[in-house]
Amino acid sequence: MTELFEVTGFTVLMAGVATLVMLPPGICVAWILARRQFYGRSVLETVVTLPLVVPPVATGLILLKLLGRRGLFGGLIDAIGVDVVFTWKAVVVAMAVMGFPLLVRSARAGFEAVDRRYEGVAATLGARPLKVFWTISLPLARRGVLAGAVLGFSRAIGEFGATVMIAGSLPGSRTLSVAIYRHAELGQDTAAAILIIAAVAIGFVAVHVANRLGVAT
Amino acid sequence: MGNKGSLLTLTIKLRQGQFLLNISAEIETQAVAIVGPSGSGKTTILDAVAGLRQPDAGVIQVGQKILFDSHSGINLPSYERQIGYVPQDLALFPHLTVQQNVLYGMSNGDAEEHARPVLQILEIQELLSRAIEKLSGGERQRVALARALMARPTVLLLDEPLAGLDVDLRDRILPYLERVREELKIPMIYVSHVPDEVRRIADWVIALADGEVVRSGVPAEVFGFETEKHLAQTDTKKGKQQPTGGSTDESHR
Repeated sequence: MTELFEVTGFTVLMAGVATLVMLPPGICVAWILARRQFYGRSVLETVVTLPLVVPPVATGLILLKLLGRRGLFGGLIDAIGVDVVFTWKAVVVAMAVMGFPLLVRSARAGFEAVDRRYEGVAATLGARPLKVFWTISLPLARRGVLAGAVLGFSRAIGEFGATVMIAGSLPGSRTLSVAIYRHAELGQDTAAAILIIAAVAIGFVAVHVANRLGVAT
Repeated sequence: MGNKGSLLTLTIKLRQGQFLLNISAEIETQAVAIVGPSGSGKTTILDAVAGLRQPDAGVIQVGQKILFDSHSGINLPSYERQIGYVPQDLALFPHLTVQQNVLYGMSNGDAEEHARPVLQILEIQELLSRAIEKLSGGERQRVALARALMARPTVLLLDEPLAGLDVDLRDRILPYLERVREELKIPMIYVSHVPDEVRRIADWVIALADGEVVRSGVPAEVFGFETEKHLAQTDTKKGKQQPTGGSTDESHR
């Protein structure tokens, strides 16, 4: 039971942090895709969607190559004295990357559903674009954004492939999915089943909330 | 370029698909009405003045302030135009209260002093704490008008502000518009299908058809029998004389 609480608590906490990390860039990208026409828009759209279609293990390996000591950003990360790979931070990175497309898709739909007339009238009342965004666009798109955040959170809870590549299966950075896999691999079916029930329960609540928010968008 | 006595100078060329808006007008009176059948370009003109649509060419000038000039590359963003716009659907912000809507465009400073006469003229002090969805049709019109006036506009754009209201309610809202015109003295462009409304509000009328000015003058000149007949037909086709249902009765609070 100790493991159940430890692993579940750790996973929920990491998924929460990952959701907070992905929210600001996710909202920005969603708004840009919903409201701006520019050269390369379809490329941005495709890049954002990639983690949904690329095998998570491959995404994890790419992250490892980028953030590892000898990776593209490894030197920079090393220079500021931060360890990412095989720590809880790696779990957050993997979860955020994998949940990002779901957040953006839902938030984008939320922004697209906002009648541009409101934004236009706000501008005629003297509101600059940033004020229009904070006071009109974002509040009116909030259901889509919230639904996206919950979906991103749910995806983060279930994340396995990318996490195991970049964070491994070490005590202290072991998520629900990784722990379930480890128990199954060792033939510890009861321990795995208990964690599966926890994962299903969390996933059920999260998706249910997301659906309810999404329906009202 | 507009002459120095004009309140409004509009020279707009704007293509939207097959439709071409091509108008030129110098307006020297305080309240001008734009009339014409659906699709003649009335709302497009208001959108262009408000900065919500960019003309392909032309000049839009309010007094001495140039809002748009394709020759010199001037195109002020909406938030710098000082325009009060009441669109046909009113576009009241549904997530804000009446008070938040009304004060949206106000800077602090002497906000209260400026707000008082507007709230009094439109009689909306008692509505301030209400949610937008709790307002009746007539109340919504007044709140939208107050919101536009609070931003201290140099010109007021009203796009069929009484459309969708039944005749009774129109007659009750019109005096508010007349008070705004007479007491606040803000130049206004008033789009309408209804000759009676136009006669009461406007002192100059521009009649449009297919994106071009076909007539202009004082209401008595423009509203000849043929024009009225044409507008009445348009109005009936659009069902504008009928209440749209929902909460259009002021008494439904």
